[in-house]
Amino acid sequence: MSAPHTIADSDAILSVRDLNFYYGDFRGLTNVSLDIAKSKVTAFIGPSGCGKSTLLRTFNRMYDLYPGQRAEGQILFHGKNLLDKKQDVNLVRAKIGMVFQKPTPFPMTIYENIAFGVRLYEKMSTSAMNERVEWALRKAAMWDEAKDKLQQSGLSLSGGQQQRLCIARTIAVKPEIVLLDEPTSALDPISTAKIEELINELKHDYTIAIVTHNMQQAARISDFTAFMYLGELIEFDKTDSLFVKPTKKQTEDYITGRFG
Amino acid sequence: MSVATPPIDLHAAQVRKFKLQDMFFHQVTLLFAFIVLAALAGILISLAIEAMPAFRQFGLSFLWTNVWNVPEDQFGALSAIYGTVVTSIIALVIAVPISFGIALFLTETCPAWMRRPLGTAIELLAGVPSIIYGIWGLFVFAPLFSKYVQPYLQTAVGDTPIISGWFAGAPIGIGILTAGIVLSLMVIPFVASVMRDVFETVPPQLKESAYGVGCTTWEVVTHIVLPYTRVGVIGGIMLGLGRALGETMAVTFVIGNANRIVGSLFAPGTSIASTLANEFGEADPGLHISSLFALGLVLFVITFIVLAISQWLIKRGIAKQGI
Amino acid sequence: MNLYTRRILTNRIGIALSMVAMAFGLAALMWILWTLFYNGFSALSWDFFTQDTPAPGTEGGGLRNAIVGSLMIIGVTTLVSTPIGILAGIYLAEFGATSKFAATTRFVTDIMLSAPSIVVGLFVYALMVATLGGFSGWAGSVALSLIAIPVVVRTTENMLLLVPTALREAAFAVGAPRWQVSLKVTLRAVKAGVVTGILLAIARVMGETAPLLFTALNNQFFSTDMSQPMGNLPVVIFQFAMSPYDNWVSLAWGGALLIALLVLGINIIARVLFRNKSSA
Repeated sequence: MSAPHTIADSDAILSVRDLNFYYGDFRGLTNVSLDIAKSKVTAFIGPSGCGKSTLLRTFNRMYDLYPGQRAEGQILFHGKNLLDKKQDVNLVRAKIGMVFQKPTPFPMTIYENIAFGVRLYEKMSTSAMNERVEWALRKAAMWDEAKDKLQQSGLSLSGGQQQRLCIARTIAVKPEIVLLDEPTSALDPISTAKIEELINELKHDYTIAIVTHNMQQAARISDFTAFMYLGELIEFDKTDSLFVKPTKKQTEDYITGRFG
Repeated sequence: MSVATPPIDLHAAQVRKFKLQDMFFHQVTLLFAFIVLAALAGILISLAIEAMPAFRQFGLSFLWTNVWNVPEDQFGALSAIYGTVVTSIIALVIAVPISFGIALFLTETCPAWMRRPLGTAIELLAGVPSIIYGIWGLFVFAPLFSKYVQPYLQTAVGDTPIISGWFAGAPIGIGILTAGIVLSLMVIPFVASVMRDVFETVPPQLKESAYGVGCTTWEVVTHIVLPYTRVGVIGGIMLGLGRALGETMAVTFVIGNANRIVGSLFAPGTSIASTLANEFGEADPGLHISSLFALGLVLFVITFIVLAISQWLIKRGIAKQGI
Repeated sequence: MNLYTRRILTNRIGIALSMVAMAFGLAALMWILWTLFYNGFSALSWDFFTQDTPAPGTEGGGLRNAIVGSLMIIGVTTLVSTPIGILAGIYLAEFGATSKFAATTRFVTDIMLSAPSIVVGLFVYALMVATLGGFSGWAGSVALSLIAIPVVVRTTENMLLLVPTALREAAFAVGAPRWQVSLKVTLRAVKAGVVTGILLAIARVMGETAPLLFTALNNQFFSTDMSQPMGNLPVVIFQFAMSPYDNWVSLAWGGALLIALLVLGINIIARVLFRNKSSA
């Protein structure tokens, strides 16, 4: 239904074309097409069940873990279709990292949490690894809090710290895109503010796609915003334009709080 | 500063390695899961092969022939099957109401702070090795039983037809009835745990609505909880039956080990498992050992069927959780 | 008596009976434990642990050979059944959601949990003792492993299914292959639960007598040779308890007390360990 939503003045790093997604017989996404701009923050908003998380989970093929879930269409990344059966999913996931709603530290030390992903695809000396861990923790604004307890369990951190550890872990493998699936919804306001600040920093080096149920958050941190409803992409535009002058009635109703 | 990212193909070798490793991992775990199935098949096949000579000699009538004569190489399973079945029935007759009471207490009337320790105590009872029940039954329970309970039972039933036959004979403590009672202690924790688990699947709203119309706890349990959990409760009883049929040590100590069928429950008898425990080690190769394997096969097939039904029922009972 | 009082009365009687049942269960546990202590405690002397089982008609003696034999047989059982059980459990949890084979395995495992252990002894006799030339400690370990494996398989699977989906997904999200997700992340996350399962399996086989009767048999003398018949606590308890010698019966009580303490101790440790870890 919706025409391709292209972005004129930016390079697209991901191009979604005519994407349909099925949970068994149920269609979760209908003909979604849009571009994710390189080194920008793209936010996905919409009421619960609108398909925003589903869309995000197609970008790293997370749905592959579950038999019965399938995607049709194209998601172009460096000229290759990510949805191609032959495309290796581990590789996709190393290039397109993801941070989840609830913090998910691995059951190992803080140091190992970060080194785990790095070691998968890179061979390096201990000193290089130490540097990488420090680099990632600094990037995630965690270094000062974590430097004295690198050998402690990741589970010993507070919720907000755990989430920043997860972000550090994700960027440590140097992905090109970072997917954030409601990363602050389980956190207190102070931790949320820290993460938002962090996203602002990170967008210089990474492309960020974030799902959020918090419209103010989308307005604060994103360059582009996509509004989804019932599995369809209703409106996609620069964040400033979308929030100031929505062109669709549904978008306006949602952002003015009339439903959702 | 922009992050240098290596081109996508640099990782190709690593990805290929992962694919192989994952395939290997899948196959290895599959192989180990297969061991469990292979063990079952192996048990059935090996018992069938070893039991062959006995079945060839005695035919299927092995199952209902009441003879066990080692010197003359004449064997039939009836007395062992009889003892197995009768001790298990006695065990269930005692264990089911008590298990029901325990499950009822733990889920409905027990103060919340006692629920966990008492539930744990019942589970610990399930963990006590059966040989402990056996030695306790032989040295502690049987003497007391013969001295204080058996004579009174005999006096109490007097000359009542049929029933007096059950309690006839010398009150020597060990025998079918004692074995059944010791067995019941063994299966109570298993049956009670399953009953408690299925009772907990009853949706609280359902119970609350019954209390709402003024039902007493007893009425809620008999009219709401029991009908709702019927399937799982029967599954739990079947699990107890399966356990009782195959139990060896608790029975062997106290059943008396006599290969004959006597109407009285006071009389010594034998069960399949206790016959195996007593005779297998010293059995001569040939018909004797083959007949013992045949007994084992019979026991395994019966318990397998009982346990299969019980698993099926318990799963259905638990799956019903929530309306 | 009107309807209302009758209903109340029925209720009171029902509840009172349920309390009686509970008291009965507890009393049975107490009675058995008390008997064990009463009869077994006096046997637990220095000799009990340092002397071997006495010959018929001789005084004194201990259970050293049986204790060492039991430890060795159970040690090997643990080493065999832990990896097999864990890997099979991983298969059921990771690959077993949709496959028929996994459903069958799960079903059979549940049955094997309660299958008569003496039949397992018969099977291992036919498989190893009759073919490899005699009773041995190895055969005893194989028989006990067949009983322990289902316990480990089911606890491992159940524990792995408790791992939050997000944690599994997060491990996949850094590009990890499935085997690393399983072994390095999810299995590690439920380590306490899996250890609990192994402890419960050890507790389960520790008192198993029937499968050892025709596999490890018994050995009156001290031996650490697993390829020979091996003394072990349960079989010694069985033989000594049924014997006419007072010192044998006394040793049987001591052995029974030792086994009961070990089994209950392991059960309690397993529960405490699991509760502490899972509430974190």
